[in-house]
Amino acid sequence: MALRILFKKPCFPIPSHYGSTVPLRQFKTFSLPELPYDYGALEPAINGEIMQLHHQKHHQAYVTNFNNALELLDQALAKGDASSTVQLQSAIKFNGGGHINHSIFWKNLAPVNEGGGEPPKGPLGLAVEEHFGSLEELIKKMNVQGAALQGSGWVWLALDKETKTLSVETTANQDPLVTKGASLVPLLGIDVWEHAYYLQYKNVRPDYLKNIWNVINWEYAGEVFKKGGA
Amino acid sequence: MAMASQLLLLPNLRFHSNSQSAPRVISNPICRPLKLSKFQKRYKQSLRDSRVLAFYGRKTPPYKLDALEPYMSQRTLEVHWGKHHQEYVDGLNKQLENSPLYGHTLEELVKVTYNNGNPMPEFNNAAQLWNHDFFWESMQPDGGKSPWGGVLQQIEKDFGSLEKFRDEFVEAALSLFGSGWVWLVLKTKEKKFAVMKTSNAVNPLVGGEIPIIGLDMWEHAYYLDYKDDREKYVMTFLNHLVSWHTVALRMIRAEAFVNLGEPKIPVA
Repeated sequence: MALRILFKKPCFPIPSHYGSTVPLRQFKTFSLPELPYDYGALEPAINGEIMQLHHQKHHQAYVTNFNNALELLDQALAKGDASSTVQLQSAIKFNGGGHINHSIFWKNLAPVNEGGGEPPKGPLGLAVEEHFGSLEELIKKMNVQGAALQGSGWVWLALDKETKTLSVETTANQDPLVTKGASLVPLLGIDVWEHAYYLQYKNVRPDYLKNIWNVINWEYAGEVFKKGGA
Repeated sequence: MAMASQLLLLPNLRFHSNSQSAPRVISNPICRPLKLSKFQKRYKQSLRDSRVLAFYGRKTPPYKLDALEPYMSQRTLEVHWGKHHQEYVDGLNKQLENSPLYGHTLEELVKVTYNNGNPMPEFNNAAQLWNHDFFWESMQPDGGKSPWGGVLQQIEKDFGSLEKFRDEFVEAALSLFGSGWVWLVLKTKEKKFAVMKTSNAVNPLVGGEIPIIGLDMWEHAYYLDYKDDREKYVMTFLNHLVSWHTVALRMIRAEAFVNLGEPKIPVA
């Protein structure tokens, strides 16, 4: 299970930078979730070197920078500094989005011997057939959109929690899925940033997209679907 | 002319670059059907190519692919130039097959397809094609170190010092979110140097500025050599790869378009 350690800052009044004794707003810092499997467990779809770099370097960097940006935001809010508050938004969106997206991504993957790649069953399986015709069609659609995405971004299988419909969406850079629709909940996300596949697949993104389906964890997607995005 | 037109008129000859796309044969309907020998059929060449089409092509780096070792490996150049750059060429040629956009030089095509911020589908390929041509020429074996003469003077005038320019360049590169490029440009209206960063395929041409140095910050440019260590990649570029010779040439050309003021003639 992914361990999520959240530790809170002490809430007693600490003299702030400017000498006042207003208590600091409590804010939780975010931390890197653990992978529920070994780095090498997803081979040959994604090799261990990529998984290690992706988790320990890239995701960690997003978490660190997210925390830094939030700390700066906290200070700006305490000072009533509107322009810094607004200026920090892009860093928060990028790094926070990176943290959110990658946390979902690790849960979207599973080694083959733990159910990775097994087609969806139950209500999600039926919903996929209803909306896309078949699992193959869905995979084709996501792969086409993923390969066509220019630059960096993500391709998602999204659930609209209000209309209960499934759709395929793409987002740029680290924008989370909600930027495409406030009621959208990610069931599956595939990272098509080059760092996610370059060491193994080089420029051949379509091969990466073809092989990653062998390690996709449909069980997790099914659970999210059942909860209806709640 | 350094920034020559990218339009290549291909006759029947196999083009001598490492391009993997063979010239297409379009047969003129009023000619007799061609009797191709087995060799010709196999390699899709013909001595009687009836229609000449203009294609866009990529420039070959002005150095061998292993000449930038150990700062940029041969492997990176093989994939970056050989695969990525070629993909942009092939993609663009395919998109322009029956397109009214035909006939532009590459620079013009980039500006036209940018469409003032609402880019057409051809923009990505055209701009990335131009960007990479520019990038190979921005580097040289045994590059880096310091600029000299007029270039150094201009940098010191516009940034304060060479160190300040380097800091600004590195900062721009590291603060870029997602894929993109970092540039040293000569701003045409302000008539001074500036550091600029752009996303994905955008380049300074679309804003009317004159690019002087271009650095590819897409992950494919450095991942094989530096993995996630972007800072090391940018520092290595500045210290060992950037071609100040090319910068000087580009400045000379830019001065034909931008008046940078009178030279300081020392009083005797």
